Amino acid sequence: MPVRERWKSSRAAVPGTIPDVPRPFRIALTPPSRIRNFSIIAHIDHGKSTLADRLLERTGAITEREMREQMLDTMDIERERGITIKANNVRLTYQSPDGEEYVLNLIDTPGHVDFSYEVSRSLAACEGALLLADAAQGVQAQTLANAYMAIEAGLEVLPALNKIDLPAAEPERVAQEIVGILGGDPADVLQLSAKTGQGVDELFGRLVRDVPPPQGDPDAPLRALVFDSYFDAYRGVVCYVRIKDGRMSAGERLRFMATGEEHNANEVGYLTPRAVPVSVMGPGEVGYLITGVKEIDRIKVGDTVTSAANPAKTALPGYSEPKPMVFSGLFPTDGDDFERLREALDKLRLNDASLQYEPESSRALGFGFRCGFLGLLHMEIVRERLEREYNLDLVATSPSVAYRVAHPDGRVVEIHSPQDLPAPGDLASVEEPYMRVMIIAPSEYIGSIMELVTNARGEMVNMTYLSPERVELTYQMPLAEVVFGFFDNLKSRTRGYASLDYEISGYRQSDLVKVDILLNAVPVDAFSAIVHRDKAYEYGKKLVEKLQELIPRQLFDVPIQAAIGSRIIARETVRAKRKDVLAKCYGGDITRKKKLLEKQKEGKKRMKMVGSVEVPPEAFVAALRVDD
Amino acid sequence: MTDIGEASIRPVAIQPVSIQPGPDSVELAELASSWKSAYLHIPFCEAVCPYCDFAVVAGRDDLSDRYLAALEREIEIEAPWNELDSVFLGGGTPSRVGARSIGRLLKALDRRFGIRPGSEVTLEANPEDIDPESADGLASAGVTRVSLGAQSLDASVLRALGRRHTPEKVASAVEAARAAGVESVSLDLIYGTPGESLESWERTLLGALDLEPDHVSAYALTVEPPTALGRAVRQGAAAPDPDDQADKWEKASRLLAAAGLTRYEVSNHSRPGQACAYNLSVWGMGEYLAFGLGAHGFRDGIRTRRVRRIDTYLRRIESGLGAVQASDRIDGRVWEQERLMVGLRRTAGVEAGQLGAELVESEPGRRLIAAGVLELEGNRLKVARPLLTDEVVRAVLDL
Repeated sequence: MPVRERWKSSRAAVPGTIPDVPRPFRIALTPPSRIRNFSIIAHIDHGKSTLADRLLERTGAITEREMREQMLDTMDIERERGITIKANNVRLTYQSPDGEEYVLNLIDTPGHVDFSYEVSRSLAACEGALLLADAAQGVQAQTLANAYMAIEAGLEVLPALNKIDLPAAEPERVAQEIVGILGGDPADVLQLSAKTGQGVDELFGRLVRDVPPPQGDPDAPLRALVFDSYFDAYRGVVCYVRIKDGRMSAGERLRFMATGEEHNANEVGYLTPRAVPVSVMGPGEVGYLITGVKEIDRIKVGDTVTSAANPAKTALPGYSEPKPMVFSGLFPTDGDDFERLREALDKLRLNDASLQYEPESSRALGFGFRCGFLGLLHMEIVRERLEREYNLDLVATSPSVAYRVAHPDGRVVEIHSPQDLPAPGDLASVEEPYMRVMIIAPSEYIGSIMELVTNARGEMVNMTYLSPERVELTYQMPLAEVVFGFFDNLKSRTRGYASLDYEISGYRQSDLVKVDILLNAVPVDAFSAIVHRDKAYEYGKKLVEKLQELIPRQLFDVPIQAAIGSRIIARETVRAKRKDVLAKCYGGDITRKKKLLEKQKEGKKRMKMVGSVEVPPEAFVAALRVDD
Repeated sequence: MTDIGEASIRPVAIQPVSIQPGPDSVELAELASSWKSAYLHIPFCEAVCPYCDFAVVAGRDDLSDRYLAALEREIEIEAPWNELDSVFLGGGTPSRVGARSIGRLLKALDRRFGIRPGSEVTLEANPEDIDPESADGLASAGVTRVSLGAQSLDASVLRALGRRHTPEKVASAVEAARAAGVESVSLDLIYGTPGESLESWERTLLGALDLEPDHVSAYALTVEPPTALGRAVRQGAAAPDPDDQADKWEKASRLLAAAGLTRYEVSNHSRPGQACAYNLSVWGMGEYLAFGLGAHGFRDGIRTRRVRRIDTYLRRIESGLGAVQASDRIDGRVWEQERLMVGLRRTAGVEAGQLGAELVESEPGRRLIAAGVLELEGNRLKVARPLLTDEVVRAVLDL
């Protein structure tokens, strides 16, 4: 995800690039005792970006004139969705009232569960985290999940309430709720208004006092954590790094321990938010590294950078490959756009190593790509960017998850598409990914949430009252169920009051079957789905009903059938259209009637020909909405 | 009303041509494309019907003298043209302005262009306006054909359509027109009004046939967005059901055919020799002059559209300007597309030509043929399932 201009220098010649500045730089390193590394954990709209802006302003990192409203979230889609997709960092210089100068490195974290691995890597670059909750809305599931992640990572968590200036703020209640979760004293919960700046001075004091200074051996071999990266059109891949041990010098030969690749440190430095190149960085410091590598997937987030000449023996813990969890076929509505789609995906991937895709062909939809995403939001963002920025008209098939299929001979294969599920005879067992799902909601909705979760094959793990009014529910649930509209259903059942977080918890064997859809007696691969056997009949029935609504009447009857193997489990018919003619077309009507027919014709162009049946694009994601 | 007798262009009782082929015949369809016509629009109505989106004005009869004068003026400033083979007075409610005014308009046309003897002169009329006296006046003024807006012979359907006449009034209007010697009487009917049963429609059809009309136009009720009906439907009122309308179209075709009225266009049925010449000409890409509010003309390959606001229309004509608001040249491929678009509505179909050949070869064309919607007979294209005509027309427009 490219989100990279957040703290871009106002002097940068080209937006998004790090300027080449002469480099007379310092040699002296900042002593770790003067460094505090922290991130802010907050729910969407709880004011993280505004607070970050305030911190930049107070430390003089950026003047008000330079500041655009909320510098944090620059990309359009991010702004619209109110989320921050990927991490970034800024080095703030703070003059403490006692006269000391401190370096505060603020490391931003993505705000969505889809990017939880990246959150974990950002947190691993910090010693402290500010848990920011809206004083009116209280703690949300995502925030809590990230706070737990911070605690598990050994970070000092500073709880804080934001928006205390709002009339609806209930600081006592929310402080009590936080203390109920994290322990401690309500009096220690910081009270802030990022908007007015109230409480910000106290926050600085608490960061210096409570966040532990980084530890690290300056004389040990270099170990630096790559906690984020992005692609710059002029400089290539820019890595964000946190030095754990040793030193990283400009010009040095570096080794990336997970990939085994070696590259030169062409430039190292930190962001103030202007990029300031330095000759060397030491333990506890946070900054950027440019090696000249052009392909983003050659730099892995979570990797450990060491010195090629004097390598560390062990890498830093916690590295893993970003693994797509949700898969969907993307097909151009116009088959001629296939190459344009490929180019667009290639471009998106320059900045998004987690996006995976391979060509796929569908009898129904022609040539396209099977794409893997970190989660549903990631999928939607990619699709929107393809349509908006690359002007592509796409048909997306219903999302699927990665199943592990065991063949009778013991061979295990991972499949990403229902079409790849072998026939029952060639199948020993199927495993599907399970999630640990955490929901926080007002306690009055417990009954309705339980019903929803049970319906989605969820099993309760835990229920904890955060306060008499709010409850945290933990479930084990198949990812496939989460993917199929669970979040929307949860929101509507709880009138938007529930929040949700999930993490992969492993694979489990399930009794899964493939439900196929036949249009006019011909199976349409793009409509196939893998469903639990107990739910297959209901799923087939609902999908067939939904398709009957969505598929317009044609020149002939179109039977729509759902089938498991050769057994038909549901059937509806789109009756042949009987009347499609204007009642009148006289001398006065010809021009107007022609325009009307032209307009109808354009409407028809959206349709995808599947065999002899015209299918509107929205039908291909109908499975997502069978519960509507 | 007898003082216009000397100006009467009362024709001899023949069609514009000496042969009288069947209403749905290829010969008639082709012949009609050479006819020249004139359309006159009379916008005045007592009230606006809830389904109507024509250029109409209600409650402004005070403007009618000015308007008729403007129409005459517009006729006078039109460049000379061919002699006319047919005249159509549409509305609005042309019967509302009285026979004398109609006579003056026809005279003006005759002076300017000439109306060929034996030409069809159609007047659209509301049944309540046609009594023995008015009918006699209209016939004397030169009207040879009256198209009566009967709509339904079911009182409850008439109410639902916002019509103020009774079924009985339709019968007396037909009788009056006949007695006055109007040669051809046509009934306009509307089917598929929400609430109208198939039985009600059948009764309307049989009742209409009892009146022995020469011609019946049966229209599916259509919801036009900028009408009271359109607004009601948007607000949740029942909309006409296309399947119900399909049933009723089939019912009409069967009953009317059995009574000797041949369907020669999607919505039009006629006895031999009684097909509407003006409309036949339009469907054959014949050209026509147009005069009046919102009227569309097609002359010298150019389609014109006149302003739709009556005060604008009057102001422009009275200050010596034309009323044309927009015009489009129709030629080449567009002309061909329109030729197929209107021609395919006829039972006689249309000569395929180059574009028709392309249609037949195209993927949508093949599917339409496979589905039995479109047929190629020799060099003629026909829509074998007229209720699906627009499927074919869209495919033509997509070529």
